[in-house]
Amino acid sequence: MSDVATTTGETLAVPSAAPIETRATRLRNFWADFRRSWVAVGALIVIVALLAVSFGAPLVAPQNPYDMASLDWMDAFLTPGETGTGGYVHILGTDNAGRDMLSAIFYGLRTSFTIGVSAGALALAIGICVGLTAAYFGGRVESLLMRIVDLQLSMPAILLALVLVAMLGQGVVQIILALVVAQYAYFARTTHGAATVERGKDYIEAARSTPLPTRRVLFRHLLPNVLPPLIVVATVQVASAIALEATLSFLGVGLPLTEPSLGSLISNGFKYIHSDRYWLSIYPGLFLMVTVVAINLVGDQVRTVLDPRRSR
Amino acid sequence: MLGFIVSRLIQAIVVVFVMSVVVFVGVYAIGNPIDVMIDPGATAEIRENLIRQYGLDQPLWRQYLSFLGNVAEGDLGRSMVYNTSVVGLVFSRLPATLELVLVAVAIATVIGIPAGIYAGYKPDSAGAKAIMALSVLGFSVPTFWIGMLLIMAFAVELGWLPSGGRGEVGTILGIPTSLATANGWSHVILPAINLSLFKMGLLIRLTRAGMVEAMQTDYVKFARAQGLTDRQIVFSHILRNISIPIVTVFGLELGSTLAFAVVTETVFTWPGVGKLIIDSILQLDRPVMVTYLILVVILFVLINFTVDVVYARLDPRVRLGGSR
Amino acid sequence: MNAALDVQGLTTRFDTRAGTVTAVNDVSFSVEPGRIMGLVGESGSGKSVTGFSILGLIEEPGRITDGRVLVEGTDLRAMPPGQLRSMRGRKVSMVFQDPMMTLNPVLRIGDQMSMAVRVHERMNKRQALARSRDALAKVGIPSPEERLSAYPHQLSGGMRQRVAIAIALLHRPAVIIADEPTTALDVSIQGQILAEVRRLADETRTAIVWVTHDLAVVSSLADDICVMYAGRIVERGTAEDVIARPRHPYTRGLLDSVPGQHAPGTHLPQIPGSTPQLSRLPSGCPFRNRCPRATEVCTTEPPVARFGGHTALCHHPLEAA
Repeated sequence: MSDVATTTGETLAVPSAAPIETRATRLRNFWADFRRSWVAVGALIVIVALLAVSFGAPLVAPQNPYDMASLDWMDAFLTPGETGTGGYVHILGTDNAGRDMLSAIFYGLRTSFTIGVSAGALALAIGICVGLTAAYFGGRVESLLMRIVDLQLSMPAILLALVLVAMLGQGVVQIILALVVAQYAYFARTTHGAATVERGKDYIEAARSTPLPTRRVLFRHLLPNVLPPLIVVATVQVASAIALEATLSFLGVGLPLTEPSLGSLISNGFKYIHSDRYWLSIYPGLFLMVTVVAINLVGDQVRTVLDPRRSR
Repeated sequence: MLGFIVSRLIQAIVVVFVMSVVVFVGVYAIGNPIDVMIDPGATAEIRENLIRQYGLDQPLWRQYLSFLGNVAEGDLGRSMVYNTSVVGLVFSRLPATLELVLVAVAIATVIGIPAGIYAGYKPDSAGAKAIMALSVLGFSVPTFWIGMLLIMAFAVELGWLPSGGRGEVGTILGIPTSLATANGWSHVILPAINLSLFKMGLLIRLTRAGMVEAMQTDYVKFARAQGLTDRQIVFSHILRNISIPIVTVFGLELGSTLAFAVVTETVFTWPGVGKLIIDSILQLDRPVMVTYLILVVILFVLINFTVDVVYARLDPRVRLGGSR
Repeated sequence: MNAALDVQGLTTRFDTRAGTVTAVNDVSFSVEPGRIMGLVGESGSGKSVTGFSILGLIEEPGRITDGRVLVEGTDLRAMPPGQLRSMRGRKVSMVFQDPMMTLNPVLRIGDQMSMAVRVHERMNKRQALARSRDALAKVGIPSPEERLSAYPHQLSGGMRQRVAIAIALLHRPAVIIADEPTTALDVSIQGQILAEVRRLADETRTAIVWVTHDLAVVSSLADDICVMYAGRIVERGTAEDVIARPRHPYTRGLLDSVPGQHAPGTHLPQIPGSTPQLSRLPSGCPFRNRCPRATEVCTTEPPVARFGGHTALCHHPLEAA
C-alpha cells in the first residue's frame, strides 16, 4: 500500500514500507497489517487453541466418547463439576449416556473442523477450476458454466445440502460431499469475477501470445492474481461449512451421536431443554459459536487487509 | 418494458421446468420409501402391491411423465405418510411459514437498515463498532443454536413466551393467521426474531458497505460543497442510491429466509412447510419432497422476477436504457 | 474593498502510516471579485487539497491545522460547523473534475438543483425549479425546462459539467473553486466551457480559483497564477508575468515542457526526476534535486519569500527579463 487516497480523489504519494515486494516482505506486511486489529489476533489465537485441543483430543480429553465400553450408565446426567465412576471431575458434566461433555466436545470439534476444512478445500479447488475455465475460455463454455453456478447460487445452500444429504445418506464423507456441492459455486463465482477483470489486463494477453501451455497461463499467471478475494471467501466458507454441518446434524440428517460432531451433541442436548440439564446443549453450542465467530473475525480482518481500496 | 417482462417470464418458465426434472430425479434417487412405510414383517405380496400402487415399478422417465401429466391436472400425488393430497397438505402448511417469514423480514428490515445506515455514517464510532460486532454474531452463529438459547431464556427460564407451536389463529381480511390474536403473536415473536437475525446481520453489512462507499463518491462531496445538510445527503442522495443493491439482495434473500425457516420451524415446532419437509425427508415421503422443492423453485423464480422488475423501476439507467 | 477570497497561511496535514505529511503548506493568496486565479501544479502538488481545504471539506485522516480563509472578509475557519455549511454553496461553491461522477445518477437534474436551492433559501419546489431553469439557461444549456426532468446519464459530459457549473452559480457565490473542471472533457467542449466561465466571471463578478495542471488552459483564462510544488506556492504573479517571465526554475521547467512552442523534431525539454513523495522531501528547498540552479545553500536552507507582486520561492530566482 503506497497510496493514500485524499478527499480529492487524487493520491498523495507515500512510500510503502518496502519498495520491492518479495514474497517474504509481502507476508511480513500482511502480518503487520493483520496485527493492527487485536480482536482478529485474539480470534486467531482462539482458533489455534481450538485446533490444538480438537486434534489433540486423544491426549487431552479424559474419555474417548467413541469407545462405548468406557461409557457407564451410572454417570448419566452428572452436573458440571461432579466426579463420576471414572474417578475424574466432569468439568462440563455428562450427557444421557454418561459421556463426558468436555471430551465429547473436543472430539466433536475435531469432526467439525475436519468436515469444514476438507469441504472448504475441495469446494475451493473445484470452484477455482470451474471459475478459471469459464473465464479463460469464454464464449459458450463460460455462459454454460456460469449459468449453472448462478442457478445454484440462487438456491440457499442449506436446502441444497439438506436434499443431498437425504440422497447420499448419513456419514462424514456424505456430509463433506453435500457441502462441497452446495459451496463450490461461491468459489466459482468469485474466481470467475476476479478472473474476468484480470483477463482484460495486458499481462494475460502477453502471456497468451507466448507459446505457453494454457494450463500454465491459468495457474501461474491468472491464479495468483485472483487469490486474495478467494482467501477471504475461503475463510468465510469454512466457517459456514462448520455451521451448516452442525445445522444438518441438528436437523437429524447429519452425523449420528455415535460419531459426535458439535451439531449432533447440541441436537441431543436439545431433547433435554425443558429439564434443567442445560449443559448438554449450552456447552457444545458455545464451542460452536466461538469457533464460527472466530473464523469469521479472522476472515473479516483478512478482507480488510487485502482490500485494494482500503484508504488507511 | 413489456418485452423485458415477457422475456423474463419465458426464462422463468424454462428454469422451473429444468428444476422440476432435477428435483424429480434427485428425490427419486433417495432410498426406497416402501421399506420405510411397511413393517418388515409384511409379505412379499403386500410389498409388490404397494410398489405397483405408487407406480414405483415403472422406469424413472415414465414416472416423471405421469408425474407431469398429473401436475397438469393440479395433482402432485398423495403423501405416503399422511395419505392426503400433497397439494392440500403443503398449502395447509404454507400460511404458517409465510407469516413467520413476513414477520422475520419486517423485523430484519426495520432494525437492520437504520443500524446499517448509522454504522456506515459514523464508521469509527463506538456505536457503529458495536453494531458491526453484533452483525457478525447474527451472521455467523448458527440459527438453531440461537433459537435454542431464545427458548431457554424466554420460555424456560423467564417463562414469558411459549417455547413452540403456533398460537390461536384469527382472521385478517379473511386470511387465517396467528397475527390476528395476541396469543398468536406471543407464539410468533420468538421464532420470527430467530429467523430474522441472519438476515438482519446481512442487511446491516450491506447497508453499511453501501453507505461507506457512497460517502466517498464525488456526488456526495459535491452535495457537501453545495452546503446540503448531512441529513439531506443521507436521506435524499445516498439512500436512493444504495436502495438499489439493497432491494436486489433483499429480494434474493427472501427466498433463503424461506429456506432457513426449515431450521427455525424445527426448533420451535412451528407447523409450517419447513417442518413438513424435514419430516418428509426423514420418512422418505417423496411426493411431499418433490412438491415442496418445486414450490420453493417457483417462489424463487417469482421473487427473482419481481426483483428484476423493481430494480428496473428504481434505476433510471436501466429503466431508460432500452430507449437509447 | 475586501478581496472575494483571501487565504492566509493555510496548512493541511494528513496522518498516514509513514507519518504526518503536509499536503498544503502555508499557502496564501487572494482573489479579487470577477478575477480568475489559476492554481497550477502537478498531481500530488496539493492543489486539489487546497481547494477542498478552502471549503473545509477535508476528511479523516486529513485535517486543516493552520491558516485563515476569508470570504468577503469573514473567516470560514473560525465558524462553527453549521454556519460553515451554510456558507458552502451560498458564498463559496465548487465544481469538480469529472462531470460523470459529480451528479447523482438516480436523481433528476431538477431534483438535485432544487435541493441545492432550497437548502439556502426558503421557497417552494416550483420556485426552486424556476430558479434552477434560469441557472441552466445562464450557462448556455438549450431547452433548460426539459433538462430539469432528465437524469444525468441522458446528458453529455459537457452538458453535465455545465449543469454542475449552474449548480455552483445558483446562489451567486463570491467564490467558485473549480477543480480541473475541463480535464475530463473533449478539447472542443473544453474551449466552450472556458469561454463560458470567463463570461460568467465577468458578468457575475464571481471570483474563480481554477485548479489545474494545464498551463495552456490557465494562460488563456486566468488573470493571476499561483504555481504549487510539494504543497507550497512557489511562484505567484499575474498570468502575463508568470507565463512570459517565470522566475522560479520549476515554473520555467513546466513552461519549457509544454509541447507546441518548439521547432518540430527537436527534443522537448523535461524537468529531470519526478515529483517527490511528501513524506520524504529533501532538506532545504524541496525542488533542489531537480533544479539546474541549485547550490549549497539550497540543500540546507529552505527558501523564504516575501510575496508581493511577482515573486518566487527560490534562493536563485531567474531574473525578470
